[in-house]
Amino acid sequence: MNAPAEHARIAKQHLIDPEICIRCNTCEETCPINAITHDSLNYVVKFDVCEGCMACISPCPTGAIDSWRNVERDSPYTLEEQFSWEVLPDTRELDEIEATIGGTPQTPAEVRELTEVATAGQGGAALAPWSAAHPYVNLHSPTRPVTATVSGNYRLTAEDTSSEIHHIVLDFGATPFPVLEGQSIGVIPPGTDAQGKPHLLRMYSVASPREGERPHYNNLALTVKRVTEDHEGAPARGVASNFLCDLKKGDKVQVTGPYGSTFLMPNHPGSSIMMICTGTGSAPMRAMTERRRRRMHLKEDGELMLFFGARSPGELPYFGPLQKLPGDFIDINLAFSRVPDEPKKYVQDRIRERADKVFHLLNDDNCFIYICGLKGMESGVMEAFRDICRSNGAEWDELRPRLLTSGRFHIETY
Amino acid sequence: MINYSELIPNNVGLSENKTLQRALEHWQPSYLQWWQEMGPDDSSGYDVYLRTAISVDPKGWANFDYVKMPDYRWGIFLAPQDGERKIHFGEHKGQDAWQEVPGEYRSTLRRIIVTQGDTEPASVEQQRHLGLTAPSLYDLRNLFQVNVEEGRHLWAMVYLLHAYFGRDGREEGEALLERRSGDADNPRILTAFNEKTPDWLSFFMFTFITDRDGKFQLASLAESAFDPLARTCKFMLTEEAHHMFVGESGVARIIQRTCEVMKELKTDDPALLRAAGVIDLPTLQKYLNFHYSVTSDLYGAEISSNAATYYTNGLKGRFDEGKIDDDHKLQANEYAILDVSGDRIVTRHVPALSALNDRLRDDWIADVQAGVDRWNRIPAKFGFDFRFTLPHKGFHRRIGIFADIHVSPDGRIISEAEWTHQHHKWLPNEEDRLHVHALMGPCFERGKFANWIAPPARGINNQPVDFEYVRFN
Repeated sequence: MNAPAEHARIAKQHLIDPEICIRCNTCEETCPINAITHDSLNYVVKFDVCEGCMACISPCPTGAIDSWRNVERDSPYTLEEQFSWEVLPDTRELDEIEATIGGTPQTPAEVRELTEVATAGQGGAALAPWSAAHPYVNLHSPTRPVTATVSGNYRLTAEDTSSEIHHIVLDFGATPFPVLEGQSIGVIPPGTDAQGKPHLLRMYSVASPREGERPHYNNLALTVKRVTEDHEGAPARGVASNFLCDLKKGDKVQVTGPYGSTFLMPNHPGSSIMMICTGTGSAPMRAMTERRRRRMHLKEDGELMLFFGARSPGELPYFGPLQKLPGDFIDINLAFSRVPDEPKKYVQDRIRERADKVFHLLNDDNCFIYICGLKGMESGVMEAFRDICRSNGAEWDELRPRLLTSGRFHIETY
Repeated sequence: MINYSELIPNNVGLSENKTLQRALEHWQPSYLQWWQEMGPDDSSGYDVYLRTAISVDPKGWANFDYVKMPDYRWGIFLAPQDGERKIHFGEHKGQDAWQEVPGEYRSTLRRIIVTQGDTEPASVEQQRHLGLTAPSLYDLRNLFQVNVEEGRHLWAMVYLLHAYFGRDGREEGEALLERRSGDADNPRILTAFNEKTPDWLSFFMFTFITDRDGKFQLASLAESAFDPLARTCKFMLTEEAHHMFVGESGVARIIQRTCEVMKELKTDDPALLRAAGVIDLPTLQKYLNFHYSVTSDLYGAEISSNAATYYTNGLKGRFDEGKIDDDHKLQANEYAILDVSGDRIVTRHVPALSALNDRLRDDWIADVQAGVDRWNRIPAKFGFDFRFTLPHKGFHRRIGIFADIHVSPDGRIISEAEWTHQHHKWLPNEEDRLHVHALMGPCFERGKFANWIAPPARGINNQPVDFEYVRFN
């Protein structure tokens, strides 16, 4: 997860053309998040609120609403400037650049870029489950990160495997850093890159439940894989992952965030969770499972179903603790693709084997579905869902939008 | 979602209420016959690039395609119901909004709905001949869009009458199709809707000024304690915005064209400009004065006990009621209105409750003024000194405090004699109307515009300006 945006600095700012706007108020009325306001002269869009959902575009009778200019993300046109306009500013060279739509400046550009890539597979904007707790986001910016102290660093995978995954516990002392299962944090590796610039932050999912890896202490856990090659298998040394995997107890880490307000778990009794992951994509699943495990005695009902893929049992993080969980608490389906003398199994194969239950859960309004891991797993899982739906006389392409709008479908892949 | 498989597209579950469905299906042929008789002249066979609502959410309500107007899917769309909605003004403030009509307000609500509903077919009737002289395909399409949506607004009101007012409501529904704009025996209810819309300048002024009255009336009804009325009006408001756009941009394009010719000929002499085939700015000002004053009367008398009762009973709120910061009961508040004292116009403070008509008129005036300010940017951009101004509130009024006196546009009370000698300078006279009338003629070549009006800055739905907005077949 370390591809910084090419033009993260540049944002597309949503504007309203004052020359053709007739002040009909339709846009302000339509906007679901009150990003549009007006004075006696102009209607204007708040750069830090607008999320570019486009709900206002087609209702506009004039087309004035469909106006965009590229700006430096740190210095968009202010409301005062927009109020004073009689015409839109001329387009500039900056406008030639491919840029993403404006939005909340407190979320760092790289976080936004990474999130956009990671959630692309959802097929639309996701909503948090209705019973999710309210997340805190952007408490600590890259310019003012919080210093965390390492209170533990353990290798999770067997020593004889090439995959080196660590469980790292960070303690925040007296600095507030509230997180929910499914949220991420940013880590800024020390030092500078080849161009002499400070490293950009890298994002990691939190692997511990909300009350901490060690309950009631201000700490959280990460699941970090030491990156030694890139996606194509060429040797590459991941700056942040190697920094993290090499940390010793007592070392300091610069942390930003938390981030993420939709990939969150449901909290209502009776809610079920289907989790599909590979490798370090298990981090949020571990957090949710652990949350549920600690509340097992409350007998809140609802099922947990896990599909978890790795090359071999030795490379599967949290393999040992997983094995100890009771079968009536969680329905575990492991898929190994590199076990000698056994046929290769991927998560989608296991999903197909459990078609009946999967279909039941897909259609259960109380079941929430989470997918996290490498981008490559996405298409296989979608195909499996498609087939399962078809063989039950349903259409995945109809089901998926419904899942999305009810906050039941969440993807983070990288 | 809107159910299109039914005869009458709707999002109100019409198929579950067979009685209502049959009543409306009975009304539908009468409506279509009215459209054939009184709708746009000779237009039945045209394919028009129209916007049709396919659902009431932002993504679905603006669906563009070619449609023959008699096949337009007129139907019944209400903004989604908010189950928690509370009455937020008047003596019932804090109680649940009404889903049925309370018996004691039945006749008043019916009157309000009928009066609003009557304006919708009236404006279609007023504009029915305009298609023959449209200055471009783009403008012709906009006219037809306005017409079909006024038709749909009639549907919305008739639905309320049928669904909530029983037999009386059905009879009112029939009567809405029987009255005729300008008919001596059976005219439309409001005076402004019996005036002619004889030319495109009048049409643009009408949509800019009079449809804006529609916006303010609908907005105050969208606050109503009677929830179905509030939800209906809320969705109608979304459509109304386009009508005001047609008017505001239409006049702006005329100003633009006139300024271009003024610059070219280096003159502001009306005679020379008329000879050059454009409408001089002073004539535009006269049309503005006329439509502004006639529409001003639609708000009724400055002091009105009816308006106070409507408000207190929760039937009709103020514009943006929810955004106003007061007690929403107006028991102790005051409002400043203009009054006539001898030969002077004075400001008088009256109980706010009694002045609600004038307050709504003032909200409308501020909105009209904002549009006029934008028009004024055009001569300013060309470096001309001419500026459009709104006449005084008392100018050319037939209803209310100023009905019995004459007021000049700059706000002086004047004698009958002075009015007689001067009014042709302030209101369009026969000569002005003849000039405008002489300019009207069809311009139906793709991308071409009549000489007296500039092309728009953008096409509809991001289509190019020279798009084939209407196919005559």
